[in-house]
Amino acid sequence: MAQAIRMALHYGERNLGVTEIFGEDVGPPLGGVFTATQGLERAWNSPLDERGILGAALGLAWAGGRPVAEIQFVDYIFNAIDILKLAANSHWGSGGRYKTPMVVMTPTGSGIHGSMYHSHSFDSIAAKLHGMKVVCPSTPIDAYGLMIAAIKSDDPVLFLKPKALLRTKGEELIPGEPDEKQLHAMIDAPLGDRVKWRAKWPKLTDYAVEIGKAKLAHPGGDATVVTHGRMAPICLDVARRFKSEGRGQVEVLDLRSLIPYDWPAILASVKKTGRVAFVNEETEIANFAEHLIRRLVDECFYELKVRPRLLAGKATPGIGLSPNLEYFTQPQTKDVERVVSELLAEPA
Amino acid sequence: MARMPSVKTSAKIASAADPYKKLGAAKLFKVHELMVRARLLEERFIKMSKGGDGFFWIGGPGEEAFNACLGLQVKKGRGVDHDFLHLHYRSAAVVLAMGARPVDALRQMRSVAADPHSKGRNFVNHYAIPELNVVPMSPTIETQYATSIGTGIAQARAKTDAITIVNGGDAGTAEGDFHSCLVWANRPALPLPILIIVVNNGWGISTETASQHGERNISDWAKAFPGMPGRTVDGNDVAESWAALEEAFAYVRQNRKPYLLEARCSRLYGHSSSSGANRIPEPDCIALLEAELLERGLAKAADFRKAWEREAAALDAAHKTAKTEPFPEGETVWEDVFADGLPPSYPTRGGS
Repeated sequence: MAQAIRMALHYGERNLGVTEIFGEDVGPPLGGVFTATQGLERAWNSPLDERGILGAALGLAWAGGRPVAEIQFVDYIFNAIDILKLAANSHWGSGGRYKTPMVVMTPTGSGIHGSMYHSHSFDSIAAKLHGMKVVCPSTPIDAYGLMIAAIKSDDPVLFLKPKALLRTKGEELIPGEPDEKQLHAMIDAPLGDRVKWRAKWPKLTDYAVEIGKAKLAHPGGDATVVTHGRMAPICLDVARRFKSEGRGQVEVLDLRSLIPYDWPAILASVKKTGRVAFVNEETEIANFAEHLIRRLVDECFYELKVRPRLLAGKATPGIGLSPNLEYFTQPQTKDVERVVSELLAEPA
Repeated sequence: MARMPSVKTSAKIASAADPYKKLGAAKLFKVHELMVRARLLEERFIKMSKGGDGFFWIGGPGEEAFNACLGLQVKKGRGVDHDFLHLHYRSAAVVLAMGARPVDALRQMRSVAADPHSKGRNFVNHYAIPELNVVPMSPTIETQYATSIGTGIAQARAKTDAITIVNGGDAGTAEGDFHSCLVWANRPALPLPILIIVVNNGWGISTETASQHGERNISDWAKAFPGMPGRTVDGNDVAESWAALEEAFAYVRQNRKPYLLEARCSRLYGHSSSSGANRIPEPDCIALLEAELLERGLAKAADFRKAWEREAAALDAAHKTAKTEPFPEGETVWEDVFADGLPPSYPTRGGS
């Protein structure tokens, strides 16, 4: 996925008017702590200053640019939240006179033993920054397509990168993507001295994923699982296994966009199955999916066969380092299996 | 903190180096007119706030001398080839000096639909004027220092002599954004053409600056950066303000590097309507300017009276216009949430 983001950014700097890609360790030699900006022509290192990074992005957007800024981990974004708020509200607050085309990308979520300050999720807080679009891919091809769409957007877009998926390979190739070995040789910087190294980019395309459109990751008629980001591949695996084991046809909707979210897709699936679970790794209190559940209750209460479920992170002050603590706190495959089993088994 | 009326020797005034004579009567009259326009506008806002013809008031009476001189020296226009302004809520005289219309400010004060700065959504004195590169203003006291970095980068990359100007108050310099601006503007990798201004009125709401800030001058922060000019001036004095701004503008335009300018000004009606907005006995920059001009024989009392009457009449007419205009309909809150419109399925009921 990191390569996919990198390729989209390269397409953006060459074709979509992205002139500034910046943040902490974003430029050479590192190219980002997850290498998502390695080899880019417009990438540069900023001071370790999240407020400055977001303020710079906002000013660049007002000056007519299309900047892409990175906050190294979403855990670091909390001290800059009012600049995000300003980015989100300035189009509305200026009566539509100032557009704010900027992308803020940041690794989110758990799964890399990141402890208390490298495991946070930000979904519900991001969803409260009204005026900002929020996306969170679960596959490389969606990461590519959403980044292209985010760059093109005239609104600020918060691009949440599930950090546990940044090293994963997708089932679908990005248009123009060569095979794995070839791509590695072309765009991954060598270890050691990189001063003279330059990436060789494959021929890329304008492939975009529309912001606000969910993906039907797995069709099914017995129950619906609505998920995104790191939890999406786990839910997909469970759905496939349930199908192959004859335990039920589980439909998996990968939201991809949190704001705006694809309400028609959610509604259609739930009206079809009457059973729904929302799965994400954010903590359960004021979870983003709670809003979706409330809306379902309002709009299709009598079409629900059983109560809707939420599987989320436990509401602890942080995620503990020890694997037992992290696995206990965050939803795991067995938890998804349990919730889906209960969802399917409960009498209507 | 602010300057008391000065006693100048006749020799100094007679000298060719006298800064007022150097500026010339025409420019001084222009500055005076803008100061009067801004003062009357602010005082009208206060009356409107107290009389129920608007809500909260916050503004800049007492800063007119420095701000009018600032606004008149801006290279105004739209885009990176013109100066960008990241202002705060005491900046009415800046935008008036750049040509903004009082009627539009009155519209924002009344929060009517025709308010061009925010469609009735934001407080008074919160301007957004893309034609003049005045970027959206926030009631936060510091974020403008962070956003100025971005337009500064855009102008550092462009082949232009245009610069970014940011202003804020003394209290806001305790926030990190002020220091972010200093650090980013002085990055060796890409110095930024930003004129960093702090208008020091000696107060942070109800708290005296001197009780919270140990710096001798806020401009002393420039000393941390090799080569960065930092200067503190009397912002109540038109001639001193004009000259200091002229020097600072020229430095930033030519060198493409930052300049920190602190202007000490009065705060004539307190923090805002929340603190009563009553007149405070501090030096008044308009009275000081009029005294300077009279002292030099550059103007007569009747000239000032005419200016006040002319501006008051124009303001009355503008207020009359704004008073007849309708307020925005509630449903208009859905305009401008997103640049490409609201998706049909966006939740708009406010709950169940």
